[in-house]
Amino acid sequence: MNRAVLQVLLAGVAAVALGAAPPAGEEHFFEVRARKFEYEPHVLRVNRGDRVRIRLLSEDVAHGLYVDGYDLNVVANPGEDGSLTFTADRTGRFIFRCSVTCGEFHPYMIGHLKVEPNTPFFTYAALLLVLGAGILAITAVRRRREA
Amino acid sequence: MSESSPTQEQAAAPEPAKEKERLFGLLDLDARFDLTRFRLIRALLKSRWMPLALILFNTFMFMIILVATLLGGFSAGNYNFGIMLVWILWWVLLMFVLVPVFARAWCLMCPFPIFSDWFQRRRLINIGEEPKKPWGLNRRWPKWLKNMWLMNVLFLVTTFFSGFLTVRPFATFVLLGSVILAAFIVGLVYEKRSFCLYLCPVSGFQGLYSQFAAAEIRRKDDAICKAHKKKTCFIGNEQGHGCPWLLMPFKFEKNTYCGMCLECFKTCPHDNMAFNLRPFGADLLVDTKLESKGLDEAWKAFIMLGIAVVFYLGFQGPWGFMKDMIRGTTLPGFLSYIAFHTVFCLAVIPGVFLAFCWLSKLASGNREVPLKKVFTGFAYTLIPLGLGVWVAFSFGIILPNGSYLLHIASDPFSWGWNLFGTANFPWTPVLTGYLPHLQGIAMLLFYLFSVDYGTKLARRIYPEPAQAKRGFVPILAALTAVTFLFLWLYMG
Repeated sequence: MNRAVLQVLLAGVAAVALGAAPPAGEEHFFEVRARKFEYEPHVLRVNRGDRVRIRLLSEDVAHGLYVDGYDLNVVANPGEDGSLTFTADRTGRFIFRCSVTCGEFHPYMIGHLKVEPNTPFFTYAALLLVLGAGILAITAVRRRREA
Repeated sequence: MSESSPTQEQAAAPEPAKEKERLFGLLDLDARFDLTRFRLIRALLKSRWMPLALILFNTFMFMIILVATLLGGFSAGNYNFGIMLVWILWWVLLMFVLVPVFARAWCLMCPFPIFSDWFQRRRLINIGEEPKKPWGLNRRWPKWLKNMWLMNVLFLVTTFFSGFLTVRPFATFVLLGSVILAAFIVGLVYEKRSFCLYLCPVSGFQGLYSQFAAAEIRRKDDAICKAHKKKTCFIGNEQGHGCPWLLMPFKFEKNTYCGMCLECFKTCPHDNMAFNLRPFGADLLVDTKLESKGLDEAWKAFIMLGIAVVFYLGFQGPWGFMKDMIRGTTLPGFLSYIAFHTVFCLAVIPGVFLAFCWLSKLASGNREVPLKKVFTGFAYTLIPLGLGVWVAFSFGIILPNGSYLLHIASDPFSWGWNLFGTANFPWTPVLTGYLPHLQGIAMLLFYLFSVDYGTKLARRIYPEPAQAKRGFVPILAALTAVTFLFLWLYMG
């Protein structure tokens, strides 16, 4: 009887632990088409721990794709694709940008890699709300004291 | 801005009583540290070569920029000396250091007015005897235009063309050439630095944000100024010119229109001018008869926020259709962008802010205070936040693109030079992985300044402390919402 209870408890703990752990990484494949001065798709969404494969195709001139934060770079020429594979182990929104001067708007050729959960954004947003609420609370306390 | 000529009445007007206040409850807002207490700095500020030496250096650089942008023509701007120096280095220095710390320090060294100054004064360096009548028509700027409205419009219009200016060398050549030509022509017709005061597109936002700056030029001792009947700081003497910015150095309280030309250090016979370091944002509370808070400055604050949103969407966002609109791929697209940009900056943002101000008045329970006073007063809370938005935006400019500067320094005209051995330095983004964090920290930091000054402004807008506290709640919500919006744009 006791052994059965123990087994159930252990199974429960294991289930909770497995639930809290990051899900096993899935594999995502993106075919990113680059043309002056945009990427399509321009937002890539994955989860932390996912395996990401990017195939970069250029539709006009040579383009690059450099991922901020991951420090990864790939180049594609027309008719000559580039490929990039990595594990999305850092959460947040990362800009990927063209790394080959492709024309006058080249510095603004940008896309977004979103690795969920976007912990940095939620952290700063939570901090903002805490600060705002804190200031409200201080104001209320002071008002009560003055009253 | 009020009438600039000093009168007996204005000079004798009593100072408004100042409430002792502290930034974040810690730093006395009246605290000042006068840098002229150091002999070397004092001598430097009184020298006729300061700021002339800096202006001459920048004039030299400006000439190189003009040549580089002309030669660059329609090529990609990221390897052009002019584009990189103006839109990367200058802009970032302006937003990171010059404006937030040193107020209008750029105006101090700006080369644009050098030719009109030279013409009007008939000399470049020495003073000798001040000419009785400067060359040129020397007309007074129309009183109804003595404000920021023209600069607001001109700056907004300039930003319509940012999709060309920041990437096409020839477009930058046309802009800079037009500005220096306009500065000269206006100098032929209107007195002193009328162009800088009321027309220069980049003067307005510097004036607005310099209210937040940690530096100021002010008189040291009121009593000395009052006893000194001959206002040499305003009319000039053999040591220096009368204030080219048409300010009364013996009187003014705000950085907004002080171009930091340092002439008052030279013309004051009592060494009564100070170059102070001070707590950030001290000017945001100033509201005197001579330098009252106005809708022109409020709209400048709205416009700067609006431009930041539009620039983010167009330049730092991932949406290709926005880039096509901004760079004028099609005329309807470009016109739609201009229409959206204009309406968003001039009407949508002020409209939303007005709604929050109306809620503020409602929450305060005070029916007597005019909504215009609430609107204008609280608009100044957007100055620190707006500056924070631009600091954050500028991180997104310098970190990915800064390495181009090494290339163009070695080969400014794209003639194959390698002056410093860095002409072949590859494009290297620096710390771009930390970009969201830097932007987030900047937003939160400047949000705190906005909130702190918001509480102080509320006490000036509403007569009763309880009303001020209630009335500030909707403004706090507005500031929080704006900060959240930019956090979302930069990181979300």
